[in-house]
Amino acid sequence: MYDFEYHKPGAIDDAVKALGADAEAKALAGGMTFIPVLKQRLAKPSAVVDLAGLGLTGIRREGNALVIKAMTTHREVAMSSEVASAIPALAELASNIGDRQVRYRGTIGGSLANNDPSACYPSAVLALGATIVTSRRRIAAADYFQGMFTTALEPDELITEVSFPIPEKAAYAKFPNPASRYAMVGVFVAKTAAGARVAVTGAGNDGVFRHAAMEAALDQSFTADALKDVTTPESLMNGDIHAGTAYRAHLVGVMARRAVMACK
Amino acid sequence: MAQINLTVNGKAAHAEVESRTLLVELLRDQLHLTGTHVGCDTSQCGACVVSVDGKSVKSCTMLAVQAEGAQVITIEGLAAADGTLHPMQEMFREHHGLQCGFCTPGMVMSGIDLVESHPDGLTEQQIREGLEGNICRCTGYHNIVKAIAAAWPLMHDKQMPQAAE
Amino acid sequence: MNDMSNPVIIKGGIGDSPKRTEDHRFLSGKGRYTDDINRPGQAYAYFKRSDVAHGVIKSIDTTAAAAMPGVVAIYTGEDIAKAGIGGVPCGWQLHSKDGSPMVEPPHPILAQGKVRYVGDAIAMVIAETTEQAKDAAEALVIDIETLPAVSEMRAATAPGAALVHDAAAGNICFDWHIGDKAAVDAAFATAFKIAKIDVVNNRLIPNPMEPRAAIGDFDQSSGEHTLYTTSQNPHVIRLLMGAFVLQIPEHKLRVVAPDVGGGFGAKIFHYIEEAAVTWAAAKLNRPVKWTCERGEAFITDAHGRDHITHAELAMAEDGKFLGLRVNTMANMGAYLSTFAPSVPTYLSATLLAGVYTTPAIYGEVKAIFTNTVPVDAYRGAGRPETTFLLERLVDVAAKEMGMDRVAIRRRNFIPIDAYPYQTPVALMYDSGNHEATLARCMEIADWNGFEARRAAAAQRGKLRGIGMSTYLEACGIAPSAVAGALGARAGLYEVANVRVHPTGSVTVFTGTHSHGQGHETTFAQLVADQLGVPFESVEVVHGDTAKIPFGMGTYGSRSLAVGGSAMVKAMDKIIAKGKKIAAHLMEAAVDDIEFKDGKFTVTGTDKSKSFAEIAITAYVPHNYPIEEVEPGLDETAFYDPKNFTYPGGCHICEVEIDPETGVVQLIAFTAVDDIGRVINPMIVHGQVHGGVTQGIGQALLEHAIYDETGQLLSGSLMDYTMPRADNIVNIHVGTESTMCTHNPLGAKGVGEVGAIGSPPAVINAVVDALRDYGVTHVDMPATAQKIWSIINAGINAGAPRMAAE
Repeated sequence: MYDFEYHKPGAIDDAVKALGADAEAKALAGGMTFIPVLKQRLAKPSAVVDLAGLGLTGIRREGNALVIKAMTTHREVAMSSEVASAIPALAELASNIGDRQVRYRGTIGGSLANNDPSACYPSAVLALGATIVTSRRRIAAADYFQGMFTTALEPDELITEVSFPIPEKAAYAKFPNPASRYAMVGVFVAKTAAGARVAVTGAGNDGVFRHAAMEAALDQSFTADALKDVTTPESLMNGDIHAGTAYRAHLVGVMARRAVMACK
Repeated sequence: MAQINLTVNGKAAHAEVESRTLLVELLRDQLHLTGTHVGCDTSQCGACVVSVDGKSVKSCTMLAVQAEGAQVITIEGLAAADGTLHPMQEMFREHHGLQCGFCTPGMVMSGIDLVESHPDGLTEQQIREGLEGNICRCTGYHNIVKAIAAAWPLMHDKQMPQAAE
Repeated sequence: MNDMSNPVIIKGGIGDSPKRTEDHRFLSGKGRYTDDINRPGQAYAYFKRSDVAHGVIKSIDTTAAAAMPGVVAIYTGEDIAKAGIGGVPCGWQLHSKDGSPMVEPPHPILAQGKVRYVGDAIAMVIAETTEQAKDAAEALVIDIETLPAVSEMRAATAPGAALVHDAAAGNICFDWHIGDKAAVDAAFATAFKIAKIDVVNNRLIPNPMEPRAAIGDFDQSSGEHTLYTTSQNPHVIRLLMGAFVLQIPEHKLRVVAPDVGGGFGAKIFHYIEEAAVTWAAAKLNRPVKWTCERGEAFITDAHGRDHITHAELAMAEDGKFLGLRVNTMANMGAYLSTFAPSVPTYLSATLLAGVYTTPAIYGEVKAIFTNTVPVDAYRGAGRPETTFLLERLVDVAAKEMGMDRVAIRRRNFIPIDAYPYQTPVALMYDSGNHEATLARCMEIADWNGFEARRAAAAQRGKLRGIGMSTYLEACGIAPSAVAGALGARAGLYEVANVRVHPTGSVTVFTGTHSHGQGHETTFAQLVADQLGVPFESVEVVHGDTAKIPFGMGTYGSRSLAVGGSAMVKAMDKIIAKGKKIAAHLMEAAVDDIEFKDGKFTVTGTDKSKSFAEIAITAYVPHNYPIEEVEPGLDETAFYDPKNFTYPGGCHICEVEIDPETGVVQLIAFTAVDDIGRVINPMIVHGQVHGGVTQGIGQALLEHAIYDETGQLLSGSLMDYTMPRADNIVNIHVGTESTMCTHNPLGAKGVGEVGAIGSPPAVINAVVDALRDYGVTHVDMPATAQKIWSIINAGINAGAPRMAAE
């Protein structure tokens, strides 16, 4: 790892200032992806701004929304009775991210800021039409994700919380990469006030995406059967040694049907 | 260089570290607690698992500076002062849950966390899934799973109930 | 020794399962692995490695790097050449069919002229810290002209392929054969039917959990070099590195292999880093430490397997096997690792008879150089490859003949009364009972109840399959004369020094090495049993050339069969000497003294002396037969085995396939093995669990994949699928042992049986699950994608759809 300056500010403004003052500074949330990246010398930040002192943890119900602060860990989401009653699919999703140790430290904000194409959370955010609340604005999910590892965030902009509209029902089905256990294909399905939503992570060659054909089919009939003949274009798929594009496209269908069946 | 203060295995520790120093490097190289091992560089293997403020953590994926003020427990801190092993250590011995011993400290630390966080019981499947972050190349996991299940009643001081999945 | 034919299990003796002596230190964080050792004033080495698979080193400019903070020294291949340092040697020499010796290119400890695989070391950077060494390595200016690379054997042997070594035309290291070709051709001419198969034995990465590490140290006043290293065989490293690489005589070179965190073969071999840090420590007159990172291990630890084989089996009308012909290509990687040439040949092709009476066998092996990490022995080493081939071929043969899979095996088993059995491919099996292991395994696995379980699974939309393998392997390596005739450049005996202390406690120094096998426990049991001393009074020491007379280390499931036998021989000498002392003390004839249960007794009387009394007498020889017997009670024995040992058994696997995703779920695994004498059943079961899990890993999960340019695509734990707890089920283990007839313990070895017997059982189960899809073979690993492709193709070709689809 290259050395860097370490800052642990106590207020969001200070964190934003620290990041704004130095173009090479990077924010550290749970560190479950960032620290391995540093260890491999794949990043060379001049400074690391630790967000652990900003008080950004907590889960609350706000009207018809579930609001999760950015530094809330996967384990906290998985174990939260608030999440379990409002959006059980989200608790289920969080309970299968990484391993126990990752869930104790990894955070929703860190996951979303990184936008790894095989991360689980982006599919929930996109499918549920969540709003990313940052240190300076509110960003709609549709505007937030801009391709793999790319988001609408400015370098000195921090996610403070994520607001999830509570759906009628939802579920997440994940097919893990056998080695890394990241999502090789993950499909989040939701029945929302705005209609059926299907978001796919892990599979796409440009990060998380909404599956319009599936949404249309589910709007007709919110059943697994309705998805039977909906295909996923191979041209949108990522391919690697674990799954080629044809297999991934097939798995998107299987996981989507399983998610629909599991919706609650 | 940063000065940090933390508590390791119940004793106050002070160290001067670089920002980039990992918690595992602090433990092994500066505090000479070499029971915590490094088996990979991608946070997959779990040989480095320790407890930080009661949470199971991969010490290769945490900066030492992040442990400022923390209570850290390593494999060296589990046995009683008179050398009596922690029930999890004892059950690993009883059930031959280790061979080469390299993954063992992480397995024991993860096993303790698993048992402590399942006060209502623990099924074989839950143990297997709960060990997702720990890789062992020797045992085939069979006896590790048995050891953790056997430690549950000892750690909770009651019979294992019919565990809920 | 206690009567082996009617064993009485004494506490801590043979057949008991005392808890392991080594566990307390491992469980309390007190293990002492190489990376836990720090020498005063040590510097840290980092190896700059090639990131291209093949290229010419045009220039290396170290100027900027050498000026970086903390840098102590930087060495390149040129420095190594100037210092006259030899290459890392290969321990076996084979000859091709035409009598010519194998092509044996030099393997310099830092690349000279060319790099030949991704991971090939170009420079060693030594600095005050590892991070500083890495910083400096980034500042090296290295100009490499990339050459076309060959990463796969078929590409390497295609006309016009790039050559890994100019001396190896067609990239062929050797073209070897065994058996009687004419007899096999004759057998095929009379065949009723012929079964054929093409199999790939997938390339694996051993991944012991402890990454390799090495510390070189040098004492200027004595001129003694010390190497601390993660090795399965410190004396072998001393021999290879001292004699062939650095020219340091044995008395000035100490090699210490302390606690070692798993080996599985990968830590047998002499690696370049060991020589590099030993040499640099002396040159710099300060200790130099290197610790491998996991990502580095993926591209430097010798890989395993990687064979491509075509085989044909000729059968008579009654299903009897008449002849077998086998053609294998074996990947050697870019350089010959220590044991590499022996793996596909003497450790593999000599087992082509398996457990069957096939009268005529002919095998050919071409060893191929590629621009990949060297390939060498990995748990099982050659025997898993042959077992997979045979046990898949037998299933195919059953199908070809329309016979039941069990029936065709039974028809061809070597019958128990045919032992000792001379195979057509060199080996003479001493003992075995294949019907016994088969019957017991089928019973435990409820083979006969399978079809009901398959039907129940089908109701749930799952494809269920069952498969077996009935295997035999050769281990207990090895009779030195035989090994020598087969090309080994060393003897393969083992050494034990049994030191009885004045109070009767015992320290045993063994040339084997424990890196998970529990020798400190098992060998203590053996000594306690034979000498009648308490288990707790025995200490076992291994892993230090300064303490142990000599030894060849631990691999090939040899520790008990060979190392334990050496111990028995040393203890026989102790007892013989003790009898002389006892005879003197009790004024009896030596021939009238018998030793049993820790007591020397005058036959037919109640006069006796305890073992401890004899021990103290030996060290306080006041009343002593000093004219005939030296004082002291300390004996060393070398044991050279008379034959290989032949463990075998039956493994049965049951799987379920999700036809929608192709995921293969392991349902049940049963292993019943014949491993000869069992010293500690608890440890034996643990060895089988671990071996079977590695076999399941090979069959379902693990695969080292290179792209055509020689980049390792599965180069980290993020892409190389290691078995985890939730991939595996509880494994049913049983033993049905016949005794080895030629060593004093009757022990055959257990370290590798799990990894040898299990892969074909798993794949036979997978193929069985897919029986409605017209599948006769699935290559390992049976990944979800592969299985889905088969099912998908089958559905498109009109195979039945599952009810659930």
